[in-house]
Order: sequence, then structure tokens, then C-alpha cells
Amino acid sequence: MAMFSQNPLMNGPNYSFNEGPKVNAPEGARQHRFDPYTDNGGSTLAISGADFTIMAGDTRLTSGYSINSRYHPKVFKIGGTTADQHDATLCLSVVGFAADGEALKERLDAICKMYQYRHGKPMSVKACAQRLSTILYQKRFFPYYVYAILGGLDEEGKGAVYSYDPVGSYEREQCRAGGAAASLIMPFLDNQVNFKNQHVPGSGEGHALQERERKPLTRSEVEILVKDVFDGAVERHIEVGDGLQMMVITKNGIEEIFLPLKED
Amino acid sequence: MFRNNYDNDSVTFSPQGRIFQVEYAAEAVKQGSVVVGIASKTHVVLVAIKRNAEELSSYQKKLFQIDEHVGIAIAGLTSDARVLSNFMKQQCLGHRLTYGRNMPVRSLVDMIGSKAQINTQHYGKRPYGVGLLVAGADENGPHLFEFQPSGMTEEMVAFAIGARSQMARTYLEKNLDAFANCGREELVRHGLKALKESLVQDKELTVENTSVAIVGVAKAKDGTTKTEPFKVFDGQDVNAWIESVADDKEPAAGEGEGMDVDDA
Amino acid sequence: MDHRPQAWGRPRDDVYGAYDASYLQTSGPKNATQSPVVTGTSVIALKFKDGVVMAADNLASYGSLARFTDVKRLRVFLDSSIIGFGGDVSDMQYLDRHLNELAIDEAYDNDPSTVPSDGTSPPGTLNAANLHKYLQKLMYKRRNDFDPLWNQLLVAGLDADAKPYLASIDLRGTTFTSPTLATGFGSALAQPIMRRYASTEEQAASRTREEAIEVAKECMKVLYYRDARSLDRYSIAVVTKEGVELKQDELLERQSWAFAERIRGYGTQTV
Repeated sequence: MAMFSQNPLMNGPNYSFNEGPKVNAPEGARQHRFDPYTDNGGSTLAISGADFTIMAGDTRLTSGYSINSRYHPKVFKIGGTTADQHDATLCLSVVGFAADGEALKERLDAICKMYQYRHGKPMSVKACAQRLSTILYQKRFFPYYVYAILGGLDEEGKGAVYSYDPVGSYEREQCRAGGAAASLIMPFLDNQVNFKNQHVPGSGEGHALQERERKPLTRSEVEILVKDVFDGAVERHIEVGDGLQMMVITKNGIEEIFLPLKED
Repeated sequence: MFRNNYDNDSVTFSPQGRIFQVEYAAEAVKQGSVVVGIASKTHVVLVAIKRNAEELSSYQKKLFQIDEHVGIAIAGLTSDARVLSNFMKQQCLGHRLTYGRNMPVRSLVDMIGSKAQINTQHYGKRPYGVGLLVAGADENGPHLFEFQPSGMTEEMVAFAIGARSQMARTYLEKNLDAFANCGREELVRHGLKALKESLVQDKELTVENTSVAIVGVAKAKDGTTKTEPFKVFDGQDVNAWIESVADDKEPAAGEGEGMDVDDA
Repeated sequence: MDHRPQAWGRPRDDVYGAYDASYLQTSGPKNATQSPVVTGTSVIALKFKDGVVMAADNLASYGSLARFTDVKRLRVFLDSSIIGFGGDVSDMQYLDRHLNELAIDEAYDNDPSTVPSDGTSPPGTLNAANLHKYLQKLMYKRRNDFDPLWNQLLVAGLDADAKPYLASIDLRGTTFTSPTLATGFGSALAQPIMRRYASTEEQAASRTREEAIEVAKECMKVLYYRDARSLDRYSIAVVTKEGVELKQDELLERQSWAFAERIRGYGTQTV
């Protein structure tokens, strides 16, 4: 069971409501130690297209079996010049420990704002992606317990998605799911976005079997896919639900879409 | 070389009770090109004359955005201004991070006041050689502050600092009563007219040498007040304003020289 | 007699034994709260169309002992926000002192000409949303230092747009908002009742002050019956743009354990 763990510290099962770290103490003796982490559940997702990127996350916030909030967004605009981020060009999604997520978001945003102040232009996704990795790694031995995904448009105007582990390893990808239901969503995405395990019918057997040609999805296809993905995740994971928040990043700016999910 | 025995440092009073280093710093402000600021009930404008050191060089920037809701105009040593500007930027970001709001302009100005004062009371330190006009809008509406190297700060309805700024101040004093009810555009025109008063003989306002900045509060559709973010206008963006205060225009508009009256 | 100056004024070893300086050692692990000691139980709060209602009982428990029965766990900030404290009472009192300092600093920044005569806060003073952000930063810093303030806080008041604001902060710095919130046992016992009253922001915005108070009282009663660490004396506060109305010595009404006699199926009774 431990092999499915997404918790780098506890190496426990993939449920947020399992018990905290065990203390080596004699039988019966109990020591109450402060555990600085919790898992607040939820799931995120990012898919890049030819000239857009869509970032999404559910809006449920849990601790254990309790739903703390039904509306707690996990996807944020980053690097705008004003507090309402009306001119932002980047999006960051954070899932895992909510307080660390909030801190990470605010830190990256402040860094983007200083960059804009010093250089007179917004940060590129590539630069921001590298910087985010540094921020995470700086806390290598007391990590931000979050799975971050950064989205935007690259220098050529193509959709860009960068995904991270809690200590800053990162890579640019076509799509990525993060958080509680990541292990449910990611294989589905491999199949639906990167056409993994899809073949041209009747093209042969074994090595002769041809893979289905990959081509980027359109915006409307991705929007439908994202909704389907989350409807599926809600059915199979108790920590996912309530609302779906979607950020569509295009050259005209960032559009925010909110759709309901099941509240059970 | 020395003017007297009491101007070697800023910790020694002269027998007349003066601190010459601080007064010399105030002289540095008068070397800078003129900047004008005016506040109405809804807006603050800053206008400035930019200088180029020689024909081949670019024009020195005079107006700087500090945060969404604050900006400054500088007269004096640009590099000293940059130190203050960076400090103010950091304070505003920090305040936004801890309280989630725009930093009150008065607190911000008080902070640079205290910072500058320290330089006037410690051996081996040098006062800032720059004066500022700080324009901002917060919960209490728009504000204009003057800042001097001595650490003195004061809220103003309208003010001008820099070379030949007395002429501009005279214009402002004459039209003082009109400012409170001025609209955005009207206020810019008053600023430019004041600026023209301070120009040397055969100099004129051009798109190259004129900067305008505006910050204010605007009523949103739902009745709440929102800040109109601080924005600097340069080049062709100020052309229309310059033309509207051109010398040949004024008699046609029926406005006597320096005798504008409130049209509200 | 030892005449060396180093020995002047010191207790004599032959009388008192050698001085043990080990406790002066500053190295080694720093002591921090590892568990709460005297604790307050649930705080509940719910929004209505013009503001927020918050309630908490007046008990501070020492484990299962009802140690202090007159501890006020709701605190008013700048006449415009309320904070409800669950968890460790000493940390609550620390926060209370800290907030007093913050309120004084904030008052210094006020322009006297803008202070309204009706006792409400002038524009630009810290509202509930600002206060919540500040407390979140404080709690999160303390958790980063592994020296947490062992509380869960509810912050209620109005935001920058004068809309009702309600949010929670816990000892790890985690925050969230919801139309209704409860800490501790309240999250299991009171939250379902309050969500029946308003499960969405829209529903909360259509509820009246009277309805909100009614539900809060109902929740306090359920908590008194089912939370063993609770009390029938409680505080209740209502915050609107007119200010804060705080009552600190309320008694639960129309409550009775008479129904317990009719319970069958437990204990020794046979029928």
C-alpha cells in the first residue's frame, strides 16, 4: 500500500485521514508531538493546447472525513500588476497542504511582481518555472507539502504546463494531474490527451501495430474532457467534489470558469 | 572651499541652529527638473519635465509606480530616489502580504520620513539628495504628500518641487480653490499649465520631455469604490493633453492666463 | 574563606553543594507547546444578510475537569470584527494581548478627522478580512518555527466591500471560508444544523439576523447536550456594519435532561 503514497514524509497510504507519524515509545506511553502537516485533499489538472492552456481544480477543502469548505480555489492567477490580477499571464495550481499552498502562491506572486518592477515586463513561463523550482528546493528539508503545476503560454505562444514535486523536481509536459485523485486521473489523461495505447485499427500485429497519430486537442475538447475527468474523480474519491474551477489561458488573457460538481 | 566650519557632517548644529548638510541636500532637490502634483477629491496627478543630459542621450525618468495605488515623482539624485523607491515597493508588497490590502499612503510616507531622518542624525551618513511627491489613493481617498531630504513629510493639496518650481507653486496657489472638484482630465491640464510656468524661456512641453501619472478612486458599478491604479503616461500618450494646454488654445477656450475657475 | 574575587558573594560549595549550571544551558531543544493544556471547546459562527453571528461557551477545561467556568472566548477587535478562540486558553490570552497591541498601533495611524462619532471604525482601519490575513501569517509562522499557537480561530466581520466575512484559521495556518463555520466538536455536531440553515453564500445572504441567532442558540444547546466538555453559559456576538453587539453571560433556555428517563436499552433497566 505504501508504494502508492504521495506523502513524501510519512510514506503512508494515500489517504489524508491516516494517523500521524509513529513515535518510538514504549507500549502504552504516548507522546503528543506537533505534526506541522495535514493533507487537505482535492485534485488539480492542467492540459496545454496549441495556443492555450487550461488549468483546473476542484474547490473542496477537507481534513480527514470533514469538509471544511466547499469553495476553496486551488488555481491562482500569478504575476499581475494589481491585486485583482486582471493582467496576469500565468496560473499556478497548488494541492496538498493548503497553508503551504497559500504561502507558495503568495511568494511566487511577490517574486513575479518584483520581476515586473525591475524589468518592466512580465515574467515568462520558462523563467517563472525555473524560479518556482528554486523556491521549492530551498525548503528541501522542510518542504512545502504541495504538488504545484504552473501554466501559461511560451515564447512562441504555445500552451505550456510545468509540473512539480514538493521539493522542486520539475518538467514541462503536455498534461498533468495532481493531488488526491491524480492516480485516478493521470492514466485517463495519458490515453485521452497523448493517445497512449491507441492504435490504428488493422495496421498490423505486435511491433507493426501503428500508434494513433498525436495531435493537440482543441479548446472545447479540453473543456469537455476536464469536466468529464472531474465528474469521474468525484465518483471515486471522497476528497474531490463541490465545485470545478477552470482557468483558460490564451493570448487574450485568462478566463475563469466555474462549474458545479457533486457535493456528496 | 568649505562654506563654514559646521557643514562637515549632519550631526553638528551651527551656532545659528542649522544643519548645513541637510540644507545642502535640499539644494540638490532644487537642481532636479520640476515636478508638479495636484490632488482633487477623486484623483491625484503627477506631471514632470524629463531632462536629457545631452542631445544623444535618452530622457531621465521622473515618475515611478510603487504599488498598485501609489507612485512617486522625483526631483534630485535619481539614484537616491531608486533606493527610496525600492524601499517603498518592498513595504507595500510586505503590507499587502500581511494584511491583504493597499498600504495606507500616510503610513508609507511616514516610513520614508523616519528612514530619511536617521541619515540626518548619524555621523558618517548622508541625507538623501532627493525630494519626492508621493501620490496615492487608499480607503480615505486620494492623497498627495511632499517628502524632503530632512525627513519632513507633509500632506498637500497641490505642490511643486525642483528647479524653478516657485513659478509653478504660484500658479497652484492662484488656482487652489478649483482643484478639489476637478475631474481627471481637468486636473492633468492644471498640472501641465503649472509645469509650463516653470519652463525656461524658449522651452516647451513636448511628447519627449513630458510625463504624466494618474491615480485615483473610481466608483464601480455596484456602488463600491475601487482604486484606479497608478499609471504613468509618456510619449504619444500625453500628446492630447499637451495640445489641450498649448498657448494658442487658451484664449480660444476663454481661459485667462493662470486664472482658471472651477467649472463644476 | 576563599578570598578570590570570583568567589565573592557566591553561595559556598561546602554549605550548599556545587552549583549546577546545567539548567542555564541554552543549547539543546527549545521548549514549545507540544499539546494544549487548558482548553476551550467549540466556536460556531454563521453569516446572515447583514453580518455574522458567533457563539462559544464560557468554559475552559483542564482535560476532563471543568476548570474555569467564566472564560470569555469571543473577542472584539476595533469595534468592527470578532474573533472566536477554540483550543489552548493560554495561547488565546497571548493572542489577545498581541491583538491589543495591534489595535493600538492601528489607532495611531488614524486621521482624527475621519473618525466617526458613532464609535464605528473610520475608513481604512483593519477590517475582518485584513485581520484574518494577519492572524493567518502569525499562525503559519509559528507552525514553521515548530512552536504553534494551539488554537483554531474564527474571524468574523465585514470585508473591504462591506460584505459579511467569516473565515477560519488553525494551528498550522490553514485557512478557509464558508457561510457557516464551527471549530472542534462543533464541526461534527453544529455544522450539519447550520448547513441546513444555509449551505451556500446565496442562502446565507437571504437569512435574517433573528434566524441566525435562533440557529446559533439551537446549536449551543445541541453542543451542551452532546459535548462533554461544554457549558450552558455562553457568549454570543453579532457583527454588522453598525458595529459589534456582544453578550457574554447568556444561559441556555428551555433545556432539560428529563427525556433521559425515557431512554431504554442502556444500563441496568430491564424493560
